[in-house]
Amino acid sequence: MTFYYEGQPVEAYEGESVAVALYAAGFDSLSWSSSLVRPRGLFCMIGKCSSCFMIVDGVPNTKTCREPVREGMRVERQRGWASPVASESVELSELPEVRIDTDVLIVGGGPAGLSAALTLAEFGLDVVLVDEHFKLGGQLLKQTHKFFGSVDLFGGMRGFQIAEDYVKRISSNPRIKVLLESVAYGAFRGGIVGVASKEAHYFVKPKALLASTGAQERYLDFVNNDLPGVIGAGGAQTVMNEYGVKPGERALVVGSGNVGLIVSYQLLQAGVKVEAVVEVLPEIGGWFVHAAKIRRYGIPILLRHTVKEVSGNGRVEKAVVVEVDEKFNPVPGTEKEFDVDLVLLAVGLEPDTRFAMQCGAVARWSPELGGLVPLRTLDLETSVPNLYIAGDSAGIEEATTAIIEGKIAALSIATKLVESSKASKAREEMDKLIRFLWDVYRASPLLARARKGKESVTVSREEMDKLRVEFPPPISFG
Amino acid sequence: MGGEVAKKGTIIICRCNDVTLDDLMKAIEMGIDDFELLRRYLRLGFGPCQGRSCIMIAARIFARATGKSLGEVLANYKVRPPIVPIPTKLVLRGVKK
Repeated sequence: MTFYYEGQPVEAYEGESVAVALYAAGFDSLSWSSSLVRPRGLFCMIGKCSSCFMIVDGVPNTKTCREPVREGMRVERQRGWASPVASESVELSELPEVRIDTDVLIVGGGPAGLSAALTLAEFGLDVVLVDEHFKLGGQLLKQTHKFFGSVDLFGGMRGFQIAEDYVKRISSNPRIKVLLESVAYGAFRGGIVGVASKEAHYFVKPKALLASTGAQERYLDFVNNDLPGVIGAGGAQTVMNEYGVKPGERALVVGSGNVGLIVSYQLLQAGVKVEAVVEVLPEIGGWFVHAAKIRRYGIPILLRHTVKEVSGNGRVEKAVVVEVDEKFNPVPGTEKEFDVDLVLLAVGLEPDTRFAMQCGAVARWSPELGGLVPLRTLDLETSVPNLYIAGDSAGIEEATTAIIEGKIAALSIATKLVESSKASKAREEMDKLIRFLWDVYRASPLLARARKGKESVTVSREEMDKLRVEFPPPISFG
Repeated sequence: MGGEVAKKGTIIICRCNDVTLDDLMKAIEMGIDDFELLRRYLRLGFGPCQGRSCIMIAARIFARATGKSLGEVLANYKVRPPIVPIPTKLVLRGVKK
């Protein structure tokens, strides 16, 4: 199909996002920044940052990574943010306001949200599942590697296949109402959640809520760290794995955790030359199996190195890396230059906890989990009664844990909302799953760090009751 | 344009509002010792991404520069709705005559 970018026709495939279609057509910069007027290109690709905001059919601040291409649409670059318009020219919304009373609202349709939705529906509960993207699956959509573990936890399947399997079961389930291209923008007094979608402005009143809002990429400070071509590793995975677009020709990957190692291997498969992986720590962060794979291809992993500067005319053309000492300070004279057009940041993820925190959930800083995360009980309820969390937004771990956590939260919600004989079945299943998660799954030394983090933010029912007295929740659900 | 950008040596902390590392360090040198005050002074996290890109990197830099723990730095951090950008007209509907 054809759409127009600043008046010129661009060919795109149906099902692509506007940002990806423009990138594939060779447009590196999508906007100009607000005050320094710097070019900005793709960065997170999952609706978390603001780099891909453009004017679409006259509407500014449109997230083009979340906007599907449509025949004849008109897209323009914007400079900074849209200026306020005069009050008399404000167009009033023609969207209907729709109130939905439901058992459970799930914010985020990634692995945690999908597994929770199905479990809740199995118990006969009504679910509204909201996701910002135009398809369900969250970051499973870009996971092309096979999952480890047993078959009932999708071992041997690839992430996007797991998403396909869930989507098939969810779309045929009459109990689950899916709202795509929709954002839960806030929770308000009376336990009402505002959801903005293209068809309606929804006011959802749930008896319980699951915030499975995922994570965003950690940013890094180096010279010209916003130049187009500096992309989150996950963003690059979205471009190549979800949409089949080659993200560049020569890459430097920053960070040797699992994301950095896996993305390096996927870059090779996509025909991108990986010049090096740099790691600021003295040891490789990710699992041995992934590191061995990329070493076999002769990609150097430079330990105790970081990126100091990138440069280029409108897009990255060169990256300078430097060795660091024990205090992570650059060692002068150790600079190395790489001719690359891609610098991928894989320096960790941060939980996106904004929804739960806006609801008033008490949070604690956890370095192991990547940031400020809500305190929760073993069954994943926060200090706001009936508000649950699961998946990366409950602290960075991985997709299988997200699936398990989503199910635990769903079972706990079921114990409250279904009749007693079914409730005891839910409780039994939940207790079994909690034991499995903590005593079996997280017993793996590979998950030791996440386990330590999760221990530090999990509190007993009694401690949670005390927290609720000390920090009374401003909003109540149920 | 890009070539000039490269020469300036700018390090961006907040992509939405173009807050640089330089801005941050100057504010700290000026004596701002409270993260919430710093956020209001520099408008960190006030852009459309609502701090999803900048809060943690800024908090880390601030913690390092002031010797505070990250828990302390973020102790008074609040999230307010709307947590994502929505069209203004959605909330203006109520005033329609």
